[in-house]
Amino acid sequence: MVIATLLRRDLATLLPGGRRGGTLLPLLFFLAVAMLYPFAVGPEPELLARTGGGVVWIAALLAAILPLERLVAGDLEAGVFDQLSLRGISEEWAMASRLIAHWLAFGPLLLLATLPAAALLGLSGATVRTLLLGLLAGTPGLAAIGLAIAALTAALRGGAALAGLMVIPLAIPILIFGAGALSRPDSAGLALTGAISLGLCAVTPFVAGAAVRAAREG
Amino acid sequence: MQGAGLTARELYCRRGDRSLFGGLDLALKPGEALHLVGPNGIGKSSLIEILAGLRRPSDFLSASGAKLVRGSVEWSGSLGLLDGRLALDETVTLERALAFWAALDGSEASAADHARDLGIEPLMDVPVRYLSTGQRKRAGIARLLGQNADHWLLDEPLNGLDTDIIGTVERLIAARRDAGGVVVVATHQPIAMPGAVTLDLRDHPW
Repeated sequence: MVIATLLRRDLATLLPGGRRGGTLLPLLFFLAVAMLYPFAVGPEPELLARTGGGVVWIAALLAAILPLERLVAGDLEAGVFDQLSLRGISEEWAMASRLIAHWLAFGPLLLLATLPAAALLGLSGATVRTLLLGLLAGTPGLAAIGLAIAALTAALRGGAALAGLMVIPLAIPILIFGAGALSRPDSAGLALTGAISLGLCAVTPFVAGAAVRAAREG
Repeated sequence: MQGAGLTARELYCRRGDRSLFGGLDLALKPGEALHLVGPNGIGKSSLIEILAGLRRPSDFLSASGAKLVRGSVEWSGSLGLLDGRLALDETVTLERALAFWAALDGSEASAADHARDLGIEPLMDVPVRYLSTGQRKRAGIARLLGQNADHWLLDEPLNGLDTDIIGTVERLIAARRDAGGVVVVATHQPIAMPGAVTLDLRDHPW
């Protein structure tokens, strides 16, 4: 019940069109990358079909970084986590709720936007299928990394820019296995991507919760 | 609500390299109030945070000098905090911002009464970010009332409030104490709290 109330607020805040100015911007950014890529490397269909999947992955990673600024810092400054803590709602629960809301706010839409992006790059049906499954397995992990980093940098000046930089190296394993699955005949890459995501999602509420508490004591 | 209200032992506070206060013991029974005073930067807000459990008391060398120990804070009952931060969503209307906390606290029914008592009823459809300093403080008090906490920690509760509403705040504090609550107030402004203990943190140097 309490968690449902929390999740409702987080979703209202983070979903595109939500109160805190959650927008479609990350999505448009994602599509813009897919659109620009053929201009940059030339329109040869063979080249695009071979490399397009990897570009979609990079675009997804960058789109996942855009919402980080608003994810934790605002509520930390406003004392929302303090008030929750007084009501016996731990930072871990607050962060678990936020992780779900963060993924719901960009994951499903990103999957949807992958279809027009794949069309722009002329990807084959089999590639699109692997790409969608990979993103489905990988985006929760990207959301988890993003939330943990957002919480760790929330109390820092210029934390948002730093957060973006810190997410990239941590996202490399997801990128390697997720994008790597495109060039493999079996589904081992997808399975590993999913495993990494699950691990990250399990750990992140504790990491982010501890980060929020540490920011308070600073 | 039986027992002790607030019991705090051996509170020490250090911020960075500066030792703010130390050796502080507090015991407040239900219905008692504490008025925290002292110059800016002496650690009043830090003490409020320690009492709220949001900040751990600093560790210090025990009397025997053998080991580092840490003080403790114990409350019997739930705790409400009002400080400079509203914890209300800036972009939504006051009504919706307060409704989130009312839903958590299960106090939707009494929200309208609190709004009327505090004179913020006409502001309910105004986004929180457009509220003035005094109106924001009133909104914070409405959030605090909705929480129905047993005890209150108030950090500068009168800041920005006009004289009409100060009397209301004093009455609310008195009502909370009559209901068996402990109220701790840190403020520079004169506030009428009959029988309150005054604590000057300058008397507790580390």
